[in-house]
Amino acid sequence: MTAEPRPVDRCFWTPGVWMLTALMAAAALTLILRFAFGLGMVTNLDNAHPWGIWIGIDVAAGVALAAGGFTTAFLGHILGRHYYEPVTRPALLTAALGYTMVAFAVFVDLGRSWAIWKFLVFQNHRSVLFEVGICVMTYLLVLWIELLPAVAARLGRRVRLLGWIDRGVRKTMGAFIILGVVLSCCHQSSLGSLMVIAPTKLHPLWYTPWLPLHFLLSAIAVGFPMVVVETGLATRSLHLDSEMPVLVPLSRLAAAALGVALVVRLGDFVARESHLFIDGSGASISLLVELVLGGVLPLIMLLIPAVRRSRGGLFVAAALVVLGVLINRINVFVVALSPPFAEHAYVPAAGELIITAGSVAALMFLYRAAVTYLPILSARKLEEVH
Amino acid sequence: MITSRRSFLQVATTVAGASTLPVAARAWESRAPDNPFACLVDLTRCIGCRKCEEACNRVNDLPAPAQSFEDLRTLKSERRPTTTAYTVINRYTTGVLGSGHRQQPIYVKVQCMHCQDPACASACPTGAMAKQANGAVTYDPSQCIGCRYCLIACPFQIPAYEYERALTPRVRKCTFCFERLEVGKLPACAAICPADAIVFGRRRQLLVEAKRRIRERPARYVSHIYGEHEVGGTSWLYLSGVPFPHLAFPNLPSQAIPRPTESIQHALFHNLWSPAALFALLAAVMAVTRRNDDERPGTKGGES
Ligand code: SF4
Ligand code: SF4
Ligand code: SF4
Repeated sequence: MTAEPRPVDRCFWTPGVWMLTALMAAAALTLILRFAFGLGMVTNLDNAHPWGIWIGIDVAAGVALAAGGFTTAFLGHILGRHYYEPVTRPALLTAALGYTMVAFAVFVDLGRSWAIWKFLVFQNHRSVLFEVGICVMTYLLVLWIELLPAVAARLGRRVRLLGWIDRGVRKTMGAFIILGVVLSCCHQSSLGSLMVIAPTKLHPLWYTPWLPLHFLLSAIAVGFPMVVVETGLATRSLHLDSEMPVLVPLSRLAAAALGVALVVRLGDFVARESHLFIDGSGASISLLVELVLGGVLPLIMLLIPAVRRSRGGLFVAAALVVLGVLINRINVFVVALSPPFAEHAYVPAAGELIITAGSVAALMFLYRAAVTYLPILSARKLEEVH
Repeated sequence: MITSRRSFLQVATTVAGASTLPVAARAWESRAPDNPFACLVDLTRCIGCRKCEEACNRVNDLPAPAQSFEDLRTLKSERRPTTTAYTVINRYTTGVLGSGHRQQPIYVKVQCMHCQDPACASACPTGAMAKQANGAVTYDPSQCIGCRYCLIACPFQIPAYEYERALTPRVRKCTFCFERLEVGKLPACAAICPADAIVFGRRRQLLVEAKRRIRERPARYVSHIYGEHEVGGTSWLYLSGVPFPHLAFPNLPSQAIPRPTESIQHALFHNLWSPAALFALLAAVMAVTRRNDDERPGTKGGES
C-alpha cells in the first residue's frame, strides 16, 4: 500500500496484449483507406448525420471517461488528501493517454486533418467548438507536463533535456495542476454546450440549455468510478495488491457526486417535461438504460455500505456508472440527433467500429507499456507478492 | 417531413428552455445586417420548370446532372441540395384542385436560407462560414478544417459535405451568388425565373411586397411569410397557398438559433472571468492545504 510508484515487473507480451495488437493493426489498415479515399470510404456519415461514433465515443465519451485525471488531482493535490496518492498517478496516466486518443480521433474525423492548426489562426470566439478545441489542446499539454516527473524519473538521466525541463517544471507544478482542473471544468461543460446549437434537431429527451451543467456534473461523477474500474482491471490483470483501502472511501465521494448529478439531471428533465416523450422508441430505451441502469441503480448500490466494501460489488457499481456516462454521450451526440430530412438512420460502418475499437486497444496497450516501463503503479515486486 | 406534434412540442420546449437560461441571455445581441439583399419566392407562381436549377448549375460550374434538367421524372422523389446541386425543386401535391379537377402540384425551391443570424457561422470554429454585410452567408474553403459542425448546426439541413474527397473536401451550399451580387448582378436563379416566382431585392422592401400580396389576394395565400421570423429571420422569404408544414418546411422557433450557446459562452467566458476565478479559488485552497501540511511534519508527500 505504502509502496512508492515503480515500474511493474510483469511479462509484457501476454495473449491479451497480442489481441490488442491485432485490433490496432486492423485499425491501422482502415486508417490508410480513410486517408487515401476520404471519410466516405470508411464511414456511414452523410449530410443528415455529419457526426458519428468517432465524435460520440472516441471524443465525447473519451473526454468524459478521462475525468479521473482532474478529479483525483483535485482530491490528492489541491485538497491535499495524500492518502489517495496511490491512485492519482495511474489516473493521470489514463487521462494523458485518453486525451491523446481524443486528439487523434479528432484528427481522423476532420475532413481536412492537415488543416487542424487553422483553428488557432482563424479564431471564431463565438464558436463552442473553438473553445473546446483550445481547452482540450492546452489540457493535453498540461497533462503531459504533469506526467513529466514519472517519465523523467526513468529517462531523465539519459535524456539530459528531459531532466532539465523536469526540474524547471517541478517548481511550478502546483500551477499546472490547478490549470488542469480549471481547463477540465471548462471543456467538460462546453462539450455539452456543443449540441445546444441544434435545439430543433436534438431529440427533446436530451435537449436542454443546461446540457453543459449536466456534462460537467456527470464528468465529475464518473471520475472516481473510472478510477475504481481501471484499478480493478489493472490489479487483476497485473496481479497487484488490492487498492481497496483507497477505493472504499473514494466510493463514498463517488456516491455523493453521482447523487448530485442525478438529482440535477432528473430535476431538469421533469421540469422540462421531457418525460412526456418517453415511449416505446429506441431512443426512449436508450435513455432509460442511461438513467436507470447507469445512474439510479449504481447510486443505490453505492449507498449500501456492504456493496462499497465488497470488491466485486464496488467494481460492478463503478462499471455501471461508467457505462451510464458512455451511453449518455453516445445518446446526446448520436442517438439524439434527429435531422429533419434524414433518408435513413445512421448506423456506424464497419470502418468506424474498427477504428474506434483500435483506439481503445491502443489506449490499453499504451497503458500497459507505460506501467511496465515507468513508475506509475504502487506495486510490489513479483517475488514479494508470491 | 417532420411530424407536426413532435416538432411543436420540440419548439415549445426549446423556447421554454432558452428563456430559463441564466443571467446573460439578455446580453445577447443580433449581428444581423440591416436590410440586406433578399429573395422572395412565391410558391403560387412557380411552375416547376427547373430553369433556376440549371442556371445555378451553370454559374457555379457544377457537373452536369445524371438526368437532364428537362427530365420531369426527377420530380418524383423529394430531393435535398447536394454537393453538386445547390438548389433543387421539389413537387408536392396537397389536395388543392386546379383546373379540370386535377390535383394541382406545388413546387418548392430549396436552397440555403441565408439566415440573418446563421447557426452555421456561429458554430464554425474558424469563421470559414460567415454572414456578409450584403446578406450572403459565404464559405471559405481555405479556412475550413472539415469539422462539419456547420452541418450539425444548420436547422434547415442545407450544407452538404464532400465525403468522397480525400484531401480537400469542401462544404457545399448556395452562395447567394455572392460574386454576382458584388458586381450588381442578380442571383442567377432569380434572373432566369420565367414566372417571376423569385423576386430579388432588399429584405425590408420584399417583406412589404409580400404583405401586400397577402393583403390583396387573401384567398391565394396563407398569411405567413416563411423566413420573416423563423430562426430570427432569413434572407430568403417564401409565400405559399398551403400551410408551410405541408411542404416540408421545418417548423422553427423565432429565436435566433445561436442565441443560447452564444449567451452561455459569453456568460461564462467573457474576459475569461470564470476560469480566472476558479483558478484563484483553487490556488487559495491549495495554499491552505500546503500550509497545513507544513505545520504537521511527516504528513507531507507527493511530488507536487
Ligand atoms: S440555412 Fe443553414 S447553411 Fe444557410 S445560412 Fe442558415 S444555417 Fe447557414
Ligand atoms: S466544416 Fe468547415 S465551414 Fe463547417 S464548421 Fe467546420 S470549419 Fe467551419
Ligand atoms: S442564389 Fe445562386 S447559388 Fe444560390 S440557388 Fe440561386 S443561383 Fe444557386
